Amino acid sequence: MSANNASDLPQVSDRLAYNAMRNWKERLIEAVLFGAAAISVLTTLGIVYVLVSESFHFFSNVSIVDFLTDTQWTPLFDDAHFGIMVLVSGTLVSSFVALAVAIPMGTVIAIYLSEFANSKVREVAKPILELLGGIPTIVFGYFALLVVTPLLQMVFPELPGFSLLSAGLVMGIMIVPYIASLSEDAMRAVPMSLREGAYAMGSTRLYTAIHVVVPAALSGLAASYILGISRAVGETMILAVAAGMQPNLTWNPMEPAATITSYIVQVALGDLPHGSIGYQTIFAAGLTLLLITLLFNILGQWLRAKYRENY
Amino acid sequence: MKPLTTEEIRAVIARGKLRDTIFKALGVFCLALALVVIVALITDMVMKGSERFTLDFFLNFASRHANKAGILSAWVGSLLVMLVTGLAAVPLGIAAGLYLEEYAKRNWLTEIIEINITNLAAVPSIVYGLLALGIFVYQFGFGQSILSAGLTLALLILPIIIVSTREAIRAIPAMIREGSMAVGATRWQTCRYHIIPYAMPGILTGVIIGLARAIGETAPIITIGALTFIAFLPPAPFMGEPAAGLFDWVMAPFTVMPIQIFNWTSRPDPAFEINAAAAGFVLMAMVLSMNGVAIYLRYKLRKNIKW
Repeated sequence: MSANNASDLPQVSDRLAYNAMRNWKERLIEAVLFGAAAISVLTTLGIVYVLVSESFHFFSNVSIVDFLTDTQWTPLFDDAHFGIMVLVSGTLVSSFVALAVAIPMGTVIAIYLSEFANSKVREVAKPILELLGGIPTIVFGYFALLVVTPLLQMVFPELPGFSLLSAGLVMGIMIVPYIASLSEDAMRAVPMSLREGAYAMGSTRLYTAIHVVVPAALSGLAASYILGISRAVGETMILAVAAGMQPNLTWNPMEPAATITSYIVQVALGDLPHGSIGYQTIFAAGLTLLLITLLFNILGQWLRAKYRENY
Repeated sequence: MKPLTTEEIRAVIARGKLRDTIFKALGVFCLALALVVIVALITDMVMKGSERFTLDFFLNFASRHANKAGILSAWVGSLLVMLVTGLAAVPLGIAAGLYLEEYAKRNWLTEIIEINITNLAAVPSIVYGLLALGIFVYQFGFGQSILSAGLTLALLILPIIIVSTREAIRAIPAMIREGSMAVGATRWQTCRYHIIPYAMPGILTGVIIGLARAIGETAPIITIGALTFIAFLPPAPFMGEPAAGLFDWVMAPFTVMPIQIFNWTSRPDPAFEINAAAAGFVLMAMVLSMNGVAIYLRYKLRKNIKW
């Protein structure tokens, strides 16, 4: 097809044919690439299909009122109760402990890095935080069970070997990098002129950070907190290892309890026959989990839209 | 309001400066706490697990006797699952990123795909495990195999790869595309010979970070039914009697590093703690070195690129 001199140039009809083939090939490639992008939509549809269809079987055996109001979760016993509240309480308590650590710590680190630290500190600190975020959660679980729990037991001798407290604390440390780095990005996006205005009025760094930069970056901060909440609610292995896996309706972090995620792990480890009621409970629990995270995501998007400031 | 005297103004300034210093100290303290956790975690595992860092530990199968148990089936399993994950996620992720940046028209379909990818990143990993249990294990009949596990993790890390691909592509200035199109290249030729090669380092960073995340994931693999006690390896191609096919290993049952650690931490016998510590250290070393490579790559890139 290559033409080095005039006599070799393809005829007009040849060139048209070549173009047609070229267009056809381009379309094919575009279709293939589109297919790859569409996989993400298929994944979502798959998740919804699997969770809803299996939960549908579950809810044809168990009434939805029992599911939401029963105070016992004993799906594998003869006297079966299906009160999701039990698992939700464990999930909420552990998430609360984690966020009580992660939100203040993450925010302080973010303010420090964006407003106080010089660029050298930042260059070192950010990769360290990233490393912390990259540690596998099973290793954090090991750490919570075999290092943090014994340490806490020195302070609180009555703390049991498995507790929501130690799992929650370690989970908080795990979430710090996500909150710190997203919040820092949000605060760095605040234009310099706002800070300069505040400094010109005689504000200190801290005053500027708290009264000017943080309010201006509020939508970004809210988004990072919401991400932290989603992580905490969906975290599995730390809880499965360090919080025990006994269903327990409690609001006390000093007790062991199962969460939605650790219950799913517990059932998956046994071998329940495909299609049994016990097998379907993990899909109902998974659906509950997905709805909770979805709720927080919607809340996050709403917050972001509400507090977005444009400069 | 009465004007302040010089002393009062000095006092106000001193108070402000003190608050600044206190906050600075608080910031450094929080950062140090994060560092202390990493150091404590690693030291603890090295100290507890040090006696197990022998060749035997890497070459032995899981065992009922803590001091004979090793991680052979776990690290081989992890490598094979990663191989499947990489082979599935990398082409799909790059293709999807390329489509969204270079081909997609601004319409509702593109918007749905974009919102979808953002939302998928927030879906808890165990939900992917349930998806895989329903679709790969039972619907497609892949069973509780390396293939199911690899594909599950591929779906899990797909958003990471897509997002980093898009960012890498977006950093390429429009003049590169215009130059290529001006000499008559088609869109695909522009992508194939210009966009992808220039974006490759950025894509690679995303791929490594994604794989590092996947190798440490436990929950979705437990859900699809990885076994916790495996004393054999998947069939190697053309080996054994009768000879295994080239791809027989993808259908084999498996275990991976995180599951081996989970199994050991959940045993009442404290002798297994030592194994868990040693295996935890090996896993950490794998993940952190992958993350390290990614961070180094990004750092180097930022310095080298000049358009």
